[in-house]
Amino acid sequence: MYRETEIVKDFTATGEGGDMIINVGPQHPATHGVLHLVITLNGETIKKVEPHLGYIHRSIEKMCESLSYRQFIYVTSRMDYLSAHINNHACALCVEKGLQVEIPERAKVIRVLMDELTRIASHELWWGAMAMDLGAFTPFFHAFRERETINDIMEETCGARLTMNYMVPGGVMQDIHPNFQKRVKDFLQLYKRKIHEYDELVTGNVIFQNRMKGVGILSAEDAISYGCTGPVARGSAVSCDVRKVYPYEIYDKLEFDEILETGCDSFARYLIRIREMNQSIRIIEQLIDNIPTGDFQAKTKAVLKLPKGEFYTRVETARGELGVYIVSEGGTTPYRIKFRSPGFSNLSVLDKIARGGKIGDLIAMMGTLDLVIPDIDR
Amino acid sequence: MGAGKYISDVWSGFKSLLKGMKRTGYYFTHHKEIITQQYPDNRKELNLPERFKGEVVMPHNENNEHRCTGCQACELACPNGSLKVIFKNEMTPEGKKKKAIDKLVYHLELCTMCNLCIEACPSDAIKMAQTFEHSVFDRNKLIKILNTPGSKIMEGVE
Amino acid sequence: MWSFSDISNSIHEWLSGNFNPTWTLIIEMVLAGVAVIGLFAVLGLVLVIMERKVSAWMQIRLGPNRVGPKGIFQSLADTVKLIVKEGMTPAGADKFLFNLAPFIAMIVTMLLLAPIAFAGNFQLWDINIGVLYVSAISSLSVISVLMAGWASNNKYSLLGAMRSGAQIVSYELSAGLSVLAIVVLAGSLQVSDIVGSQADGWWIFKGHLPVWIAFVTFIIAVTAETNRAPFDMAEAESELTAGFHTEYSGMKFALFFLAEYVNVFIVCAIGATLFLGGPIPLHIGSWEGFNHAMDYIPSSVWFFGKTFFLIFLIMWFRWTFPRLRIDQLLNLEWKYLLPISMINLLLVTAMAILKWHL
Repeated sequence: MYRETEIVKDFTATGEGGDMIINVGPQHPATHGVLHLVITLNGETIKKVEPHLGYIHRSIEKMCESLSYRQFIYVTSRMDYLSAHINNHACALCVEKGLQVEIPERAKVIRVLMDELTRIASHELWWGAMAMDLGAFTPFFHAFRERETINDIMEETCGARLTMNYMVPGGVMQDIHPNFQKRVKDFLQLYKRKIHEYDELVTGNVIFQNRMKGVGILSAEDAISYGCTGPVARGSAVSCDVRKVYPYEIYDKLEFDEILETGCDSFARYLIRIREMNQSIRIIEQLIDNIPTGDFQAKTKAVLKLPKGEFYTRVETARGELGVYIVSEGGTTPYRIKFRSPGFSNLSVLDKIARGGKIGDLIAMMGTLDLVIPDIDR
Repeated sequence: MGAGKYISDVWSGFKSLLKGMKRTGYYFTHHKEIITQQYPDNRKELNLPERFKGEVVMPHNENNEHRCTGCQACELACPNGSLKVIFKNEMTPEGKKKKAIDKLVYHLELCTMCNLCIEACPSDAIKMAQTFEHSVFDRNKLIKILNTPGSKIMEGVE
Repeated sequence: MWSFSDISNSIHEWLSGNFNPTWTLIIEMVLAGVAVIGLFAVLGLVLVIMERKVSAWMQIRLGPNRVGPKGIFQSLADTVKLIVKEGMTPAGADKFLFNLAPFIAMIVTMLLLAPIAFAGNFQLWDINIGVLYVSAISSLSVISVLMAGWASNNKYSLLGAMRSGAQIVSYELSAGLSVLAIVVLAGSLQVSDIVGSQADGWWIFKGHLPVWIAFVTFIIAVTAETNRAPFDMAEAESELTAGFHTEYSGMKFALFFLAEYVNVFIVCAIGATLFLGGPIPLHIGSWEGFNHAMDYIPSSVWFFGKTFFLIFLIMWFRWTFPRLRIDQLLNLEWKYLLPISMINLLLVTAMAILKWHL
């Protein structure tokens, strides 16, 4: 699949049979980061897409090997910065698995609440960016209005808006802010008041539907064989929600649906995320009044040492399944860490679904894959 | 596909467009919905939450005393070496030599505001400040010394 | 009463009293040229700030608010910035064509201003084939886009230019057909005649449903023709970075930018003239008092009011809708707009023959 190609330096370069080869990125308005795609075009029709990775590779996995089990969690906020909480959560879970700590109920509920808020914030941003990819700028700002509310809640409780570093092995770093419950309820009200605008502005729009329906077909078989997870796979009716399949924390006690769409196209992937936001709202509504009292953090030793062995946990981020794999030699730092990031597998499917489409389709498909480049490169 | 479907397609598409225009038109005429904050102008009203992680500071009391014992817990907890404790030898009134901190050097340019040092500090000597306007022209200005000159450790902090 | 036609007449009388006819003509030409350039500059500034404010309010933002009161001088500051910026010419570009393209865009737009009636009896050139002239000249604007795209030696520019070529050529058809509907009703191609034919009511009120359809078709088609979103395929920021003007910077870019905005103004002016009566005030049946009050508003205010209403409409489209894909764009034209406007033209013709509109 991955034939070696040079970066196209000459702007007049052509491929076989006079095909046009274009660099999309690393600096391009639609890639939302430093993704570099070399696309081969016949007129406007795409013949091949080759992603070139590594522009934002910071060797996070290697960095983690020299950091202690408390310290390495903050680095993972910088992977998928839109679901920083969930990344931190995955790492904390993995360390807890190794330490065999039982974390308090209150911490579990706070973690799930934060995860779901993060998921909504991430999907909001995706929704705006998706519409912007298709040339509608206004939804971007409308999405930010709701997202800012979540960010403010995060800022109040965790002290940061994007890279929170709120999860620690054994629980959460600080207790929730006294205003937290009130502000989350305010947000729920705002969200319910504004969610219909999303349908009016984008979902119901005839131009948008025509752009999305029937393009970027990803069959269920392909979704499985490429290792797609998250909304991308669920848009092809592959049941893969880690929260349902391998429940962690208290997800098995919560009432929510795994959203599946059978459309297999860009529009199905779009709808999945919109409907997932409503499910997250459902989860938050169940929990917000029922935060149990107690400690927010389990007692752990000052210096954490994982027993010799291998530990793997997975969580459902806003983009799909994030796996954290720690190999421990018994010391204070991990011997090896591997992150199975959802973005990487989801990107690999791009060539499969983009072939035969138009350039505009490619941009829309990249939008529905919801790529966060630092998550792919790490 | 008959002519009826053709016309109903056109009409429903047209209607969906009008719906969107109604929404943007609503916001065009309702300026109260604007949530923009005019940042440099609203510095006075800008209230950051007390947990906001702006930079690490060391609070001193009115006698120029801090609570840092120089235990180096923050230095150990810091993932990227932003904090560095430099010691000096001090004479106690009894004439014994005692180790005390000379400087707590803080590299703001390296700091990621992860809050781990504050969590690690056993004597609550450092905390996060709510300042966030850190931009300077010279990188060296970001290397800060947290304890003020001539400061001492507070009585009773071990 | 103060009006543009009085001013122009008095200037003409004063000049012909003091100079011989040749000099009068030359001086009038120069004055007209200066006026056109002045109008260009003012329109550019006004439309840019208008667009930015409209977009800001639709997007729950404040918009520019730093330069001048409420930011009204923002576009002036932007212009100064663009003027002092270096106008780069890329190494691989065809230098002559690359530098020529923005000027062609401007010249085409300037030519289009000639037959527009800015106020009652105030026109630069009341040519008897005014509407035909406009549609003929406006189709030239594709040349500048193609030239810019080709000469830039950039694949994004080339794709943008090719898209634009396909798009402008296609949408000329339905724009032309919907204009023809009014021409058939008015029975003349001359702009002053068309305006005159609406003295007893604008075509949009007199013409019943067919004129409404023609009006909607016209608005869609001109939005596409001026490369405005949702038909901004030639620029398509998220796809082709900036399309045909990717490589342009500084004043050369500003000329394209200006040409786009003035083009929007012109097509809206034409739409206002053909469908909304141009400088003719709004009259409602037998409300004598109301009609008199309307007559007191100068005709130029009516013209600019209608034009800016249409411009606002086009801006409203831009800040609401997502962009179409290139094949959908052409589908919309050839499968929907063109058949509709052809049938509509037939209806209008029948209406004109049977005199239903009176």
